[in-house]
Amino acid sequence: MQSSSITLSLTIWVPILAGVLTLFLNSERQKDSARWVALIGSILGLAVAIPLWTGFDNASSAMQFVERTSWVSRFNINYALGVDGISMLFVLLNSFTTILVVIAAWEVIQDKVSQYLAAFLIMSGLINGVFAATDAILFYLFFEAMLIPMFLIIGVWGGPRRVYAAVKFFLYTLLGSLLMLAALIYLYNVTNGSFDISDYHRVPLGMTAQTLLFFAFFASFSVKVPMWPVHTWLPDAHVEAPTGGSVILAAITLKIGAYGFLRFNLPIAPDASHALAGFMITLSLIAVVYIGFVALAQTDMKKLVAYSSISHMGFVTLGFFIFNAQGMEGGLVQMVSHGFISAAMFLCIGVLYDRVHSREISAYGGVVNTMPKFAFFAVLFGMANSGLPATSGFVGEFMVILGAMKVNFWFAFAAAITLILGAAYTLWMVKRVVFGDIANDDVRALKDLNGREMLFLSILAIAVLVMGIWPQPFTDVMHSSVDALLKHVATGKLN
Amino acid sequence: MIQNKLALLAIPLLPLLGAVLAGFFGRALGRTFAHSVTILGVTGAFTLSCFVFQDVQAGQAFNGAVYTWLVTDGIPLQVGFLIDSLTVTMMLVVTFVSLMVHIYTIGYMAEDEGYTRFFAYISLFTFSMLMLVMSNNFLQLFFGWEAVGLVSYLLIGFWYKRPTAIYANLKAFLVNRVGDFGFLLGIGLIFAYFGTLDYGTVFSQAAKFKDTLIEVVPGWHWALLTAICICLFIGAMGKSAQFPLHVWLPDSMEGPTPISALIHAATMVTAGIFMVARMSPLFEMSQTALAFVLAIGSITAFFMALIAIVQYDIKRVVAYSTLSQLGYMTMALGAGAYQAGIFHLMTHAFFKAVLFLGAGSVIIAMHHEQDMRKMGGLRKYLPITYFTVLIGALANAGFPPFAGFFSKDSIIEAIHMSQTPGHIIAYYAALAGVFVGGLYSFRLVFFAFHGKERFHDDAYGHAHDHAHDKHDAHDKHDDHADHEHHGLAPGEKPHETPWVVTLPLILLAIPSVLIGWMAIEPMLYGNYFIDSIVPTDTMAMMKKEFHGAWAMVTHGLMTPPFWLALGGAATAWYCYILKPELPAKIRAAFAAPVKLLEEKYYFDRFNDWFFAAGARNLGRGLWKFGDVTIIDGIMVNGTAKLIGWFSGVARKVQTGYLYTYAFTMIIGVFGFLTIVYFKLR
Repeated sequence: MQSSSITLSLTIWVPILAGVLTLFLNSERQKDSARWVALIGSILGLAVAIPLWTGFDNASSAMQFVERTSWVSRFNINYALGVDGISMLFVLLNSFTTILVVIAAWEVIQDKVSQYLAAFLIMSGLINGVFAATDAILFYLFFEAMLIPMFLIIGVWGGPRRVYAAVKFFLYTLLGSLLMLAALIYLYNVTNGSFDISDYHRVPLGMTAQTLLFFAFFASFSVKVPMWPVHTWLPDAHVEAPTGGSVILAAITLKIGAYGFLRFNLPIAPDASHALAGFMITLSLIAVVYIGFVALAQTDMKKLVAYSSISHMGFVTLGFFIFNAQGMEGGLVQMVSHGFISAAMFLCIGVLYDRVHSREISAYGGVVNTMPKFAFFAVLFGMANSGLPATSGFVGEFMVILGAMKVNFWFAFAAAITLILGAAYTLWMVKRVVFGDIANDDVRALKDLNGREMLFLSILAIAVLVMGIWPQPFTDVMHSSVDALLKHVATGKLN
Repeated sequence: MIQNKLALLAIPLLPLLGAVLAGFFGRALGRTFAHSVTILGVTGAFTLSCFVFQDVQAGQAFNGAVYTWLVTDGIPLQVGFLIDSLTVTMMLVVTFVSLMVHIYTIGYMAEDEGYTRFFAYISLFTFSMLMLVMSNNFLQLFFGWEAVGLVSYLLIGFWYKRPTAIYANLKAFLVNRVGDFGFLLGIGLIFAYFGTLDYGTVFSQAAKFKDTLIEVVPGWHWALLTAICICLFIGAMGKSAQFPLHVWLPDSMEGPTPISALIHAATMVTAGIFMVARMSPLFEMSQTALAFVLAIGSITAFFMALIAIVQYDIKRVVAYSTLSQLGYMTMALGAGAYQAGIFHLMTHAFFKAVLFLGAGSVIIAMHHEQDMRKMGGLRKYLPITYFTVLIGALANAGFPPFAGFFSKDSIIEAIHMSQTPGHIIAYYAALAGVFVGGLYSFRLVFFAFHGKERFHDDAYGHAHDHAHDKHDAHDKHDDHADHEHHGLAPGEKPHETPWVVTLPLILLAIPSVLIGWMAIEPMLYGNYFIDSIVPTDTMAMMKKEFHGAWAMVTHGLMTPPFWLALGGAATAWYCYILKPELPAKIRAAFAAPVKLLEEKYYFDRFNDWFFAAGARNLGRGLWKFGDVTIIDGIMVNGTAKLIGWFSGVARKVQTGYLYTYAFTMIIGVFGFLTIVYFKLR
């Protein structure tokens, strides 16, 4: 587990190499080879990540599986990797989701197959890099680089308004990224020339510096989460993205923003985090309640789930900024769970879209009559999205609400409104799409799930249920790191 | 037995196994497989529950964890069982009624294409309900709580083609979620202050927090336990359909009748009553909470009973009767007579199941006609159904010596003796409710089973459809198209239903007669609940007045409740047997109040307008104004436009002509030199 480990490097470079390999299989008759190479590459990607789980030391809050090689020695930039209880699960989640995306694309994507799959594989490696990097510049590099495949996925395989969506996303991201870079350079100077993130955690900082740093990182991460009011890029991006893009976007990239708060804002600016907790909690609760209402008004299924994602991510940031174990672990659990559920929701929408080519709720009705198997999954994931106990969707929300109650009754009160709103927008959509009599000829002509679709939805269903029935293995991983972080934040940097 | 964790685990898991097998393999392996495997599972659960009951009778109990769900901050949240007299009572009621309903379903659903799915659902329900009652902690309680809600949702919407059914199930789920919202806050408060979700620990520490005040609203101090109890009770109001969260229960009648009996009468809706009784150590420490409970119970018991009088749909009469009876149970809790509440829960489970299943039997015999105006004189054709429904009605109205008499009379007595604030008003509400109860119960009996045969009378529309038109403004589908034609063919006579239907009726009618008589002494005045419900002053006072079940019957004949019930029944007899033309005249004479009742006090209309439409409009407003206009329109696109404008200006400078650049350069140099010149000077 010392510097000899190459596990993390493998999780980054295996998918990237597989992606590059896939890229070469770009002729028309190599489509199938491209698919198989991508599938094997993504499975290998998960396989090499498994040791992270099996070899993880739950008792330690330190970085594990660390690797460190000097990279640009002039600026003291290192190729430094490591995971702790906060980041480890997301490397696994990402590697896992990549497989699903490859399977989901199998027959659906017929245009530029190899490039499509390659983009996802390369992105998967880059995202693993984001979660594993312990060097600030390396992090920044991965953080920015992963956008490129995502832009391409939306831009090339996206819907009619993809350019608008991409530009909007770009506008949002640009300012934040620059401010983060400035913050990193500032920290580099303060620490006398270090890009090691853990040095930033230790370096003493005054309140003003902390506040400015907090907002610099906030500008970058709040867009990614996304928090209200910088969330409006997400529904557009989702609507334009192909199914796989939506899945990765919701399941993984949103988590990077939340992860950034835990890796940068809280430990680097603990006192500012405390001082600004009210601000963050307010934004989170607005996301939960306001966005919940907005979701209710959506007529496009993807937009609805996109808004639902924003609302659910509000729970994550709420959990982080109430500074107790239930909140923070609840937030992390919610991130993983939302990875499963949002992926499943978008895949379900994709299943319908592939057949009818509409995302409008009103284009459906009575799908259960022709697709009973699909209806089973749609109701299951709909219930999970509504936070039904025994599904993973419940665990995080429950813990965050328990944690919030410790801090303030009204925080818990506002957060718990999601119990009603979440059920309302999700199940109302389920009602209008799945239940009822056959609404039109498109629905009448629907074919039920094929084996491939059964496969990925079943895998996700099992994940959702297992995590809901027995979340302990997931939380046990987090305890040490979360406790250490909470202690660090409680101590502060001012004295 | 009771110490064997595996055997305890088998009790909920057997029905779950049945549900899974029937659900996933029922389609392939057929109907017989589906109903055999589920009935086997439930029979197993019932048998094991009987053994556990014996052990509890022998003074044993079990309280232990099965597995750790997760650990947070060093606090384990577990899944575990608490088996005591209260739990085992519920287990027996749930598994017995469930078994009866399983058998009944073979007959009732015989022609339905969703046969195997239905068995999977009701077994899944049995599992969920058992997890709920067997829990030893709040987390698992909430699990079961929501899981029964899920199954209820699935079963109300069982006939998913009907717009009314999928409207009703969404409504039921959401209204329940409103209750769960409060429930979850209550659990959150418990966790925040007690630092655990384990019943035993919470109850033993409750006294410590008796005087703890919390300041929820600045300047307004609340007793912690009052806040907790009221929050928890809001959950009970959702699940047990108490005013004003009662609105989902009548609509839940969209589901097949067996589940109306099992879920929406006998078991699930009583979960709230069970929960409050389970929490008696907490509720006993807050007079305020008890007063709140009592008030809500009184309102529900009286006002919901009134609505039952004007209903024509046979199932809806029973549904409103259920609401009213749930109100009685709630009143018992508010009066501090938890035992009486649970006692009524038990007797009610039997006689209300009889009434519902009897109504179902009528509905099959009438080929899915539910309107009582198209019935009449059925007792000739359905003798067994008639007889069992009559028993159910007698028990429901509280005539001695039927089961309902003992439990309802005890409740009324308890309210009378309790010290909870407002108990006098509640007492009169309860008495008035008894009269109404007699009236609607016997109106059903006389209207459907006596009098003129109106099977082929076309003067009335189908009550079934009629009842839906009102609340279904936004489902503009054609209602009639989905329904298979119902009602009898011209000249056809109804005939008695098959034995799988009548046998459960008889088996449920027996306890409807006997269980009150048998159980009142141990349950209310003996030591049966000594290990699970805290003793209260109300119960102690009642015990002084109690001189055995037989004495209670003879005494009961001289008390107001008996005469009131009799009065109600007599009124029904007068109006529906003696002078059948009278009800129409009364309706015409009292148009306004009748309209109020027919509109169910306008709750549905208000909720549709204020909450449902209001929330949608608010969402649309926030979206169109907040997201689209302000954030996207002004902030995002505004920024883009600003940049665009700026670059537009900047672009004009870059014309691409050499002379422009040369000219600019000269001007620049000139300007620069001027500045330098003046600076240096």
